[in-house]
Amino acid sequence: MDRAETDQTIRRLIEPFNKKRVAITDATTFAGDLEFDSLTVMDFVAAIEDDFDVIISMNQQAEIETYGQLVDAVHKLQADR
Amino acid sequence: MSEGISQPDKPETLEGDSRDLFSKFDDLIAMREGLLATGQEDPFNLVMEKVLSPTRAICNGRDTILLGTYNYMGMTFDPDVVEAGKQALDDFGSGTTGSRVLNGTYQGHKECEDALREFYAMDHAMVFSTGYQANLGIISTIAGKGDYIVLDIDSHASIWDGCAMGKAEVVPFKHNDLEAMEKRLRRIPEGAGKLVVLEGVYSMLGDIAPLKEMVAVAKKYGAMVLVDEAHSMGFIGEHGRGVCEQAGVIDDVDFIIGTFSKSVGTVGGFCVSNHPKFEIMRLVCRPYVFTASLPPSVVATAATSIRKLMRGSNKRAHLWENSKRLHGGLKDLGFQLGTEEPQSAIVAVIMPDLEKGAAMWEALLKEGLYVNLARPPATPANMTLLRCSLCAEHSEEEVETILGMFERAGNAVGII
Repeated sequence: MDRAETDQTIRRLIEPFNKKRVAITDATTFAGDLEFDSLTVMDFVAAIEDDFDVIISMNQQAEIETYGQLVDAVHKLQADR
Repeated sequence: MSEGISQPDKPETLEGDSRDLFSKFDDLIAMREGLLATGQEDPFNLVMEKVLSPTRAICNGRDTILLGTYNYMGMTFDPDVVEAGKQALDDFGSGTTGSRVLNGTYQGHKECEDALREFYAMDHAMVFSTGYQANLGIISTIAGKGDYIVLDIDSHASIWDGCAMGKAEVVPFKHNDLEAMEKRLRRIPEGAGKLVVLEGVYSMLGDIAPLKEMVAVAKKYGAMVLVDEAHSMGFIGEHGRGVCEQAGVIDDVDFIIGTFSKSVGTVGGFCVSNHPKFEIMRLVCRPYVFTASLPPSVVATAATSIRKLMRGSNKRAHLWENSKRLHGGLKDLGFQLGTEEPQSAIVAVIMPDLEKGAAMWEALLKEGLYVNLARPPATPANMTLLRCSLCAEHSEEEVETILGMFERAGNAVGII
């Protein structure tokens, strides 16, 4: 799967969590723009983990602030598998 | 050299904007001030002027029934326990002034660890100065960089802090969700060290973990298992060893963490284990090494209390009756509770929001009842809870009195 495909999948997975229908770009932030609280983050991360069959540990999550960083991280996790 | 009385030597002009390191607390300060400005009694600043028994105290000037102290077995005023503490004060003084690994291990610390080994029928016991340090120390020491910790998202702060201090990869799963736990274990890279951290009773809602299934799954994936039994010791399981005893999986659990500040009735924490190399922990576990050991009077009261808890089956039965009556009574009154059925000695009453919760807490206090107010972020799903923890020393009549207080306060605040 290339980065564009990973991006497509994550865009689909984020939809139910994007309650305010924020237009998502690589620079969109989860805490600021999307206003995700800790519970939403847990459910959203679980959805990605289950779809891609990867682990995104809390340590890795702490490094991810924007949508683009998330796509990069998931893309890399898949490549490393 | 200072000549100034009211002015510092160096002029206090802040460069740039005026934010300082405390600015990050501004929202919390504003929220507290807002709440207290309404005339609300401060739920986090209660003073007990006099403690009459495990179940009664004078709080903010009022005679109050205690229903939020985790003093499950009522050992705090047990005559044998109090006497053991007094004797140790006389014989060994007020404190050890030293680390367990230097000058801080007295006869009493060894006797306390002997009592724990007997209580749990395990090979090793290590006593820490608090329960918080027991989790912090064991978790951070056994799971380090490159290892994986799989834990329930509703874990206690001491568990999270232990994970962070050890720098392991931290992978939480949805509360009590066996399938979510298994998926995460399955995805851990081959060869990595794995630790699963669970609690017997989760203290916010008073619900228990499905340990039979969870421990079996953890073992299937070759993980070590640590169970925090802080809220079940002395009460749940045939010998009071906790939910893992009740679930029949205690022999598959690698580490049990517990505390003296609940059923045991004093302060301190511990870890018991059958791991053959466990004793090395005493030398490598920083929260054990780099702090002073418990005072002799504390370990003497703890050891005496633990030995009495081994024979506490009658008290355990009465505590269950209390828990069932309070749970059933509150449910009948129309309160929303944390669990459908009583699962432990904690009954959590769910409040619609923080304002109503704080008002209800104050109404109960004025009725003469103390419960714990729990609010986000300490609570799951951002709930506001009134947590009630029962005591084996609450009489049947007291539980009925408590229900009457809840009914009047609930009506006054408009929750039921």
